[in-house]
Amino acid sequence: MDARLLDILIQSFPKILLPGIMVTIPLTVLAFAIGLVIAVVTALICFAEVPILKWIARFYIWVIRGTPLLVQLFVVFYGLPSVGILIEPFPCAVMVFAINEGAYAAETLRGTLEAVPHGQLEAGLCVGMSWWQIMRRIVLPQAFRTAFPALGNELISMVKDTSLAANITVTEMFMKTQRIVAVYYEPLALYIEVGIVYLLFSTVLSYFERYGEKRLATYGKR
Amino acid sequence: MAVLSVKDIKKTFNHENVVLDGIDLTVEKGDVVAILGPSGGGKTTLLRCINFLETADDGTIEFDNNIYSFKDITKKEIANIRKNTAFVFQNYNLFLNKTALENVTEGLIIARGMDKKEAISKGKKMLEKVGLLDRCDYYPNQLSGGQQQRVAIARALATDPEIIYFDEPTSALDPELTGEVLSVMRQLADEGMTMIVVTHELGFAKMCANHVMFMENGKVVESADSKEFFENPKSDRTKAFIKAISTK
Ligand SMILES: Nc1ncnc2c1ncn2[C@@H]1O[C@H](COP(=O)(O)OP(=O)(O)OP(=O)(O)O)[C@@H](O)[C@H]1O
Ligand SMILES: [Mg+2]
Repeated sequence: MDARLLDILIQSFPKILLPGIMVTIPLTVLAFAIGLVIAVVTALICFAEVPILKWIARFYIWVIRGTPLLVQLFVVFYGLPSVGILIEPFPCAVMVFAINEGAYAAETLRGTLEAVPHGQLEAGLCVGMSWWQIMRRIVLPQAFRTAFPALGNELISMVKDTSLAANITVTEMFMKTQRIVAVYYEPLALYIEVGIVYLLFSTVLSYFERYGEKRLATYGKR
Repeated sequence: MAVLSVKDIKKTFNHENVVLDGIDLTVEKGDVVAILGPSGGGKTTLLRCINFLETADDGTIEFDNNIYSFKDITKKEIANIRKNTAFVFQNYNLFLNKTALENVTEGLIIARGMDKKEAISKGKKMLEKVGLLDRCDYYPNQLSGGQQQRVAIARALATDPEIIYFDEPTSALDPELTGEVLSVMRQLADEGMTMIVVTHELGFAKMCANHVMFMENGKVVESADSKEFFENPKSDRTKAFIKAISTK
């Protein structure tokens, strides 16, 4: 590797990492957190079979999981302005990623909610607890525990998917790299470099995921 | 004074499967009522309807001197009745994410708003009563079936119910573990606890129940004082059942 290329790579590293820390990570964390809230509500609606709302929930999951994330981003960012709804790039990305994650995590949680042995709900009712108290204290914790590895995977995919936000003018790591490439014209080396930064992020996350899984309560199960 | 009085309770599943066909049952304070009968006779359904886990189609229930119709009892009334009753399930149904002690205190702290310290001391007392104080911090998955069922009984006792319903509390247990659960139940019976016990344990019914109800196909075949029921059964069906089950 010649000295010029090495120099470019070293100089651009902080320039790529900075939007990684300032944009990619906040985008991921915010969208994932909001997505989880959406997922819990949606999964509970499906689980409790709330009339009407359950159809809305299923429709939401069906549409979101059946269309590309990139299309969803474009519809909201480039499409909605034509009906007068203009959203800034970053909040728009947070919103779309959250809605997208919400649908996937809702399916995950719905599955694990249904896997919690049903008798515990009846036992809770019999000791006088309300449906919501039982959900909050007994059923949801167990469902989350089972869903943890799957949710961890979804978080890791999301870190990588945030690169799609470049398409709606969010200056995250990938967009920043594209700009650097335009200046130095070293696509191979620079795109590999940004790939390595993504790899770094997801490696740290999977480490946390595994650590968390070990530390999480197993309720005495071996 | 009757703690519970159910009149003409009816339940049909799927519009055609009549599971409860007009059953009457009155339980006085301190009564231990054993419900016997062949599989599929509607025993579990009866208990589940009485505690509203299943919705009965017809009939009335008298509890705490109030009479409710199964058809139009409100959620609030159901919640009130449930706070004064307890249910012990065939397969324990312990909260798997809670320790033995937490299983017992949950209904006190969360459902009844009892002070945490008070609840814990009460919970420990209940676990001690069923002989499991040393298993306080164990999760259900770390307990044997018999121990789990005893925790479930402690959980039922903790809420000071006026009546406890047991649905075949020992059927899911290995034979060598049924004894420890039955002896706890015997102790409760001796202390005057009001209970309805669906069981196949004739020995328990003979020794602890003061009243026995035999049901089949959703109907009461025979209902009598325990002594009378076993020594002098009226119906041929009852005789045959007692014979079949005791030679098993
Ligand atoms: N949720 C349900 N939906 C439809 N049918 C049901 C349901 N629960 C019970 N049944 C039917 O009701 C009948 C009585 O069942 P139940 O469980 O009350 O009998 P049981 O006397 O408790 O029997 P066992 O001794 O085997 O426990 C059975 O024919 C069963 O198939
Ligand atoms: Mg049964």
